[in-house]
Amino acid sequence: MAVRRTIVGIGSPRELEEALRAAYYLADEELATAAYLALALGKPLLLEGAPGVGKTEAAKAIAGVLGRSLLRLQCYEGIDAAAALYEWNFPRQMLALRQEREGAGQIDIYRDEFLIERPMLACLRRPEETVLLIDEIDRSDQEFEAFLLEFLSDFQISIPERGPIRAYERPVVILTSNRTRELHEALRRRCVYHWIEYPSPEREMRIIMLRASGVGERTARAVVAAVGRLRREPLAKRPGIAEAVEWAEAATLLNEQGARWPEAFRRSLGVALKDEDDFVHVSPKIDAILAEAQA
Amino acid sequence: MSDVARHLAPFLTFAALLRRSGFAVAPEQMMAWLAAIELLGPTGIADVRRAARATLAPPPERFDEFDALFDAHFLGALSAGLESAPREEEAPRAADDSAGGPEPIFGDETRESGAKATGAERLSARRFAPASEDATLRRFARALPARAPRRRGYRWRTARGGPSTDARRMFRDAMRNAGEFVRMRRRKRRLRQRRIIVLIDVSGSMKERTQAHLAFAHTLVGAADAVEVFTIGTRLTRVTSALRLKNRERALTAASLLVADWDGGTRLGEALGAFLAVPRFAALARGAALVVLSDGLERGDPRAMRDAVERFARIAWRIVWLTPLAADAAFEPRTAGLLAARPFLNELGDGASIDSICAHVLDLAKARAA
Repeated sequence: MAVRRTIVGIGSPRELEEALRAAYYLADEELATAAYLALALGKPLLLEGAPGVGKTEAAKAIAGVLGRSLLRLQCYEGIDAAAALYEWNFPRQMLALRQEREGAGQIDIYRDEFLIERPMLACLRRPEETVLLIDEIDRSDQEFEAFLLEFLSDFQISIPERGPIRAYERPVVILTSNRTRELHEALRRRCVYHWIEYPSPEREMRIIMLRASGVGERTARAVVAAVGRLRREPLAKRPGIAEAVEWAEAATLLNEQGARWPEAFRRSLGVALKDEDDFVHVSPKIDAILAEAQA
Repeated sequence: MSDVARHLAPFLTFAALLRRSGFAVAPEQMMAWLAAIELLGPTGIADVRRAARATLAPPPERFDEFDALFDAHFLGALSAGLESAPREEEAPRAADDSAGGPEPIFGDETRESGAKATGAERLSARRFAPASEDATLRRFARALPARAPRRRGYRWRTARGGPSTDARRMFRDAMRNAGEFVRMRRRKRRLRQRRIIVLIDVSGSMKERTQAHLAFAHTLVGAADAVEVFTIGTRLTRVTSALRLKNRERALTAASLLVADWDGGTRLGEALGAFLAVPRFAALARGAALVVLSDGLERGDPRAMRDAVERFARIAWRIVWLTPLAADAAFEPRTAGLLAARPFLNELGDGASIDSICAHVLDLAKARAA
C-alpha cells in the first residue's frame, strides 16, 4: 500500500481540519481523520449521510485545500460508462474519414482529438490536478456500481482502440451517498468511510456565523435550536445545514426591514421547510418551537 | 516475526471479534486500518477508534454496537448495550436447501420455547391436496415471460431507434462499402429479468393458503429465469431448488419436507432479519422484486419487523406485500407488524386468491417504484 504521509504540506488530521476551516468548511475530528486517511492511503473517501449535511460541500472544500479542480460526476438512474468515462466523437470521426478519402493523407481516427473526455477519464489522466467527486452514487444502477468497483480498485480503464490507461499516481476520489439504498459491500470495502451526522448545535452555530453574512449570534443560536427541534419531527425533508444558514439569513433580512423577531422567523420558515405536508405538520407547533428556541 | 505478531494480536483479534458479531471485515480493510493507525501516530485510543470507523466502515445503524465491541475489546469494559444485543444468536435461523440434504437446520431450541415463542412448531411433513387453480396458473406461466419486471443489463444489442449510435458496427459496414456510411445503426442495452423473491408465510394463521402459495411459487420458478422462494414462520427456509422439480406434486412434497415450522407461530421480523443476516441471501435481494405473501400477524417485536423491512426497502427494487386480509377494498392494516412495515412497502395488496396474486406479479413491471 503506497502511503503518502504528507499531502501539500498537510501531515495530520488536525492540519487538514485547520486547512478546511480556512476554506470555510468546519469539519469535525472524525471527518478530518477519515479524509486525511483517505488522502494518505490513496483510497477513495465515501461520505454518507442525510441530505443537506454538507457531503458535497466537504468534497469542494477538500479540492480547494489541495488546490485542485473538482470534477463532478452527478449520478442518476441510467448513468453509464459513456457519460462517466469517455465517448468517441463520432461525427468528427466520420468527417475525418471523408477528408482522408479526399486525399488529406492518413488520419488516425482514434487520436486524442476524437476522444470526448468525461470526468472519470479526465481524473485518470490528470490525477495531480483534479479531485473526482462521484455524487449521489445511490441513485445509479447496480451495473454502474459494478463498473465503478473496477475503476476504484486499480484506477485503470481500458479503451479497446487505445489500450489501457492508468493513473500514474493515485487520484483523489470522493463518493457521496444519501443512503436511499444500500451500497454494495465490495464498494464500501474499497473506501475509507465516514458517516456525516447533523452537526452539534455548537458547531452548527459556528457554521452559520461563518457562512452567513450579518447574522447576529442570538439569531444563529435561535435558528440552530429551532432547526434541531424540527429535525426531530417526522418530516419528509428535514432541514439540512444549508437550510439553517438560509433561514438565519432570511430572518435577519426580514428583521432589518422591520419585522419583529418571532414573526421574522415564522415568515421565513419556507426557506427551511420545503414540503407542503411538512409545513402543515409543523404549523400548529411552530410558535411553541420558536418561543423555546429563542429562550 | 513472533514479535510483530504479538504487537498485532489485539488488532487481529478485534477483527475476529467483529466477524463473529456479524460485521464484514475484509483483509484489505484490516491492512488499511493498520496503516491508518501508524499514520495517525497514534496519540490515543480515540485515534485508533476513528481509524477503525473510517477503514472498517461499519454500517451507521450499528455504530453503537461497533463502539461497544471496541470498548469491550480495547478498554475491557463490557457495556450493557453489548449484552442486550447478541447478534450471533439472532443470525443462524436460516435453513438452506442447497447446502445439504432435506434436513432443516434447527434454531436454538431454548430460545424457541422462550416467552415470545408461540405454539409448538410442528416438525412434520404435510400432504398436499391437488391444486384447484390450475387454469389460472397455466395462464400465468404463459404470460409471465413477456411481463416479468426487467432491468438494464450491461451488454448492448442493435436496435432500431436505440438511444445511442453503434459506431463500431457502422465503421465495419463502411469498410465494406468503400468507406461510405450507408445506414445509421443504433443500439440499446440488453434487458434482463429482475430477480423475483417470494416469501411465503407458513404460520398457523396462513394455514389455509400455504399450499396454494407454494403451487403458485412452483409455477413462478418454472416460468421465470431468476426466482428465489423462501418460507417464513418462526424460521426461514429456502425452498427454491425443491420447487425446480417439474412435477408439481413432487415439488411441493419435497418443499414441504424442508419446511420445519408448518403452522407454527409467526416471528416475521426475526425471520426477515435472518434472511438479511446471511450475506448470500441478502445479495439475492439486491435490486430484486420482493413479493411477500403474508397476513403480517406478528407475535414478536414489531420493531424487529420494521427494521428488517426498512433494510429490505433499501436493498430491493420493490416490495409488494400481499395479504389475504386485503380482499375487502376498505382494508386498513391493523396488525402492529404490518403497520410498522407499511411505510416501506411499495404496495400493500390483496393476496386472498391466486388470481389476484398472479395479477400483482404480472403488474410488477408496470408500476414504477414509488
